[in-house]
Amino acid sequence: MNHFLAVSAVLFTAGVVGIFVNRKNIIVILMAIELILLSVNLNLVAFSVFSGTIAGQVFAMLVLTVAAAEAAVGLAILVVYFRNRGDISVENVDLMKG
Amino acid sequence: MELIAFYILAAIVTISAIAVIASKNPVHSVLWLISAFFTSAGLLVLIGAEFIAMLLVVVYVGAVAVLFLFVVMMLDVDFVELKQGFLSYLPFGALMGVAFVAEIALATFARGADPNNFNPYPGAETNAEAIGQVMYTEYLLLFQMSGLILLVAMIGAIVLTLRHKPHVKRQNIAKQTARTRKDATRRVDVESGKGL
Repeated sequence: MNHFLAVSAVLFTAGVVGIFVNRKNIIVILMAIELILLSVNLNLVAFSVFSGTIAGQVFAMLVLTVAAAEAAVGLAILVVYFRNRGDISVENVDLMKG
Repeated sequence: MELIAFYILAAIVTISAIAVIASKNPVHSVLWLISAFFTSAGLLVLIGAEFIAMLLVVVYVGAVAVLFLFVVMMLDVDFVELKQGFLSYLPFGALMGVAFVAEIALATFARGADPNNFNPYPGAETNAEAIGQVMYTEYLLLFQMSGLILLVAMIGAIVLTLRHKPHVKRQNIAKQTARTRKDATRRVDVESGKGL
């Protein structure tokens, strides 16, 4: 159980560090967010299994749903942004020129 | 035996997660992400949550990772340029990582949590059966709401990326079925020996 939470914490930290380290590349930022959600799922399932209640796994399913929806919408926004600007540099997002 | 499998899988997950954020090519990042998802599914199987594990493979590897791959390969981006500044961001990122680990450790030790004294998982029925028993009864509303979220996400993604090119010929079915013989044909008297 402790080991499981440790793995989950490592995944979470890797995701957070990934957001800071790849600050220009929004695709990798989205992947880092997926990593974070995966670690949250691992945590939920671990607690669910080791406490003998099934609720955590249901919540993990819901988190999975939200993660998939978030990835779809995020990538759609990314595609539109790329079409408008021709690159996906995060630094120029605040320019507000369509 | 299980412990050995756990450590192997945990090591692969950790390596994959670090490779996701550190690799130069985003395609490699996606592939490492798939590896992380697969090994996490293995970890979940190991502790007896088979249903979530299979869901992880189906949803993450089958849908999300493929979506990422599509977008990464579709966008013609100079990724080398995007990788600039990786090293200059690294100290701050590492600092954030250390801070996070410290926070987690603090939260764990300060509250004196001993997560080991939980009951074992009641394995009277299968994992999927146990989930199914509560999914459509106790959590029916949440289930429906998650479906609604997916619907909204689908519509949002379509609305965002759909575009009508001005010079593409399209079939307008309403216009097509509204045509009558009167405005679609005309009668021309053609003199013999001449064209129209």
